Amino acid sequence: MKILTGNDLRSGAVTWWNGSGWSLFVDDAVDVGEEAEEILAREEAARRVNVPYAIEASIDAAGHVRPAHIKDRVRALGPTVRRDLAVPTADKTGWDWVI
Amino acid sequence: MYRYDSYDQAMVDARVEEFRDQARRRLEGKLTEDQFKPLRLMNGLYLQLHAYMLRVAIPYGTLDSRQMLMLADIAEKYDRGYGHFTTRQNIQYNWIKLEDAADILADLATVEMHAIQTSGNCIRNISSDHFAGAAADEVVDPRPYAELMRQWSSFHPEFTYLPRKFKIAVIASEKDRAAMRLHDIGVRIVKRDGEIGAQFYAGGGMGRTPMIAPLIRDFVPIDQFITYAEACLRVYNRYGRRDNKYKARIKILVHELGAAEYIRQVEEEFAHLLSVGVEPPREELARIAAHFADPAFVDGPKTLDRSDPDFALWVDRNTHRHKHDAYVSAVISLKPAGGIPGDATAEQMRVVAKLAKDYSFDELRVMHTQNLLLPHVAIRDLHAVWSALDAAGLGAPNMDTIEDIIACPGLDYCSLANARSIPLAQRISERFAETGRTEVVGELKLKISGCINACGHHHAGHIGILGVDKKGTENYQLSLGGSEAEDVSLAKITGPGFDEDGVIAAVEKVTDVYLAARTEGERFLDTYRRIGMEPFKEALYGQ
Repeated sequence: MKILTGNDLRSGAVTWWNGSGWSLFVDDAVDVGEEAEEILAREEAARRVNVPYAIEASIDAAGHVRPAHIKDRVRALGPTVRRDLAVPTADKTGWDWVI
Repeated sequence: MYRYDSYDQAMVDARVEEFRDQARRRLEGKLTEDQFKPLRLMNGLYLQLHAYMLRVAIPYGTLDSRQMLMLADIAEKYDRGYGHFTTRQNIQYNWIKLEDAADILADLATVEMHAIQTSGNCIRNISSDHFAGAAADEVVDPRPYAELMRQWSSFHPEFTYLPRKFKIAVIASEKDRAAMRLHDIGVRIVKRDGEIGAQFYAGGGMGRTPMIAPLIRDFVPIDQFITYAEACLRVYNRYGRRDNKYKARIKILVHELGAAEYIRQVEEEFAHLLSVGVEPPREELARIAAHFADPAFVDGPKTLDRSDPDFALWVDRNTHRHKHDAYVSAVISLKPAGGIPGDATAEQMRVVAKLAKDYSFDELRVMHTQNLLLPHVAIRDLHAVWSALDAAGLGAPNMDTIEDIIACPGLDYCSLANARSIPLAQRISERFAETGRTEVVGELKLKISGCINACGHHHAGHIGILGVDKKGTENYQLSLGGSEAEDVSLAKITGPGFDEDGVIAAVEKVTDVYLAARTEGERFLDTYRRIGMEPFKEALYGQ
C-alpha cells in the first residue's frame, strides 16, 4: 500500500494522511493508491504540513500499518532510545516491528 | 569570558525580530517551505525526523552559569526536559515547535546567546581547546583569537553563501584537543622569538572524503591574522566547487589544486589584502583579550585525600592539570554507562551551573567529546564537586576510555542518518562497565556516526563505527587507527560490515587483540600502529 507522511508545520510532529486530514498515529494512515500525487500537490499548497511524501507500507495480521523503510518506522513511534517520549499508541506489539 | 557590547546585543536582538517576522509569515502560509527553509537554517532551525531541531551556538564552548541556567529553562519550557551537547561544542534541542522558535531565540538573546550560523554554507561556530585559559601547556589563551574570528565571521557579507559549510578551530598548544587538523581551517597560535603568531592549516575535514589539513603557513604575525584568514576564504569562495555538493568543501579544492598551488593563490590574495587594510585594529584584539583575563586564583592545597577509591579513580580519570598548581580542570562526564552520549537533563544543567558558580569562577566549557568541563576547580574543593556530580548522575570516571564514546544522534533523531548510533554506544559502554574492562583497556577513543557525514567523528576514532543502510537494514563498518589529536590519523576500515550484535562483538574482539599484544604503557592506538591491521582482521574475519 502507499501512504502519505510529513511533518506538521507548527509542531514539526510526524503526521500521516488519514483520508481527510493529518493524524499523529501511523495506524490511521490510509492507502492512497493512485491518488498520492494529487493529494500531495493539494496538501503542499495548503501549507499545513512540511514536505509531505508518499511511502510504501503494509498492514500486518493484526491490522497495524507498517511503513516499509526503517526511517519511517522510527518516525512512526519516536526515538528507539527514548521510549518514554514515544507517540502514544494502542499497538500491543510495542516496538518489536520498528527495527 | 567575552561579554556583548551594545553593538553585539543590537545585532542579535534585531536578528530575533527578523526571524519572528519570517516565522509568522510561514505560519500564516505566506511563505512556502522552499522559501522559508534557508531562512530558518540561518537561525539554526532544522527539521529532523520527529520535530524541528534548534542548534544553539556556544562560541568555542565557553559559557557561564547564567547561560547554562537559560539552556536548562529552554529545555524545560520549550522542549522535553533535556538537551544534547554536540561535537561542535554546541547544544541541540530535539523537540522544538516552530511557533516557539522566535521566543526561544529572544530568551537566548537575554543571556548573549543565539543560533546564528549554526547551519548553512557559512562559517560555523568557531571551536577551540576546551582547556583554553586553564591548560598548563598552552602558549596563550586561544579564545581571544577565536572570539576575534567569531566577530569577523559573523554576518560577513562575502562569506554568507560559501560553496559549502566552513568549520574553523583555534588552539594554542602542541597538544591538539580540538581535532584542529580535521577542520576546514585549523589555527594554532604559536610564539616565535617572543612574538605571537598563527600557524594555519587548511583543507581538513571528515565527512565522505576525510582529509588531514596540510600546513599552509608556519607563521602569520598576529596583526595580520584576520587578513590571512580572509585570503584563505576568498580563494575558497572563488574556486570552491559549487557544481557538486559532495566536492564543495575546501578540502577538495586544496586536494585538487595541490597544497602548493592553493598556498600560492592564498599568498597572492594575502598580499593584495594587506594593501587594502582589512585587519581589525590591535586595540580591538586588546579589548577582547581583556575579557579573558585570568580569574583571581589563590594559593591552596596541592594534594588531596585519596582514601575514597571512587573519588580517587574519578580524580585520576577526569581531572586535567591546570596552569595554577592549586587548581585542576574537572571533566563532567555526559557518558554514564548505558546512557545517551551528550544528553543532559534540565536538572543536571542546573547542578552544573551551580557548581560553576560556586567552584569554577562562574565558568563552564562544552567539550567536543560531548562532555562538560569546570575549567578552574581548586583542589581543596574537588571532593565537594565530585560528590555533587556523582549525586546528579554526572560522576562517571571515564574520560578518554571506551565508555567515553562520541556518538551522533543517528537514525533515532537525524533525517540524514542511515543507521542508529546511540544504541551501539549504550550497549558498548554498558558491556565494558559491567565486565570491568574499561579500566583494563585504558585510553581508547571510540566514535560512532550514523551516516557518511561523520558527525560522530568515526574517521578519527581509535575505533570508529560507521552506520550504513544495507538493503533497508542497519549495518556497521568498523575502522581502526584514527586520531583527532596531535598524532592525527584517519582510521582504516577492517573489512565487511556487521549487524548490531556483530559490531559490538567485534569491538570486544578488537580489544582482546590489543590486550594480548600490548606492551607496557601502550595505548590501543600505539599497539595498532605497531602491529598493524592484520592481527585485528584475523581475529575478526579469520576462520
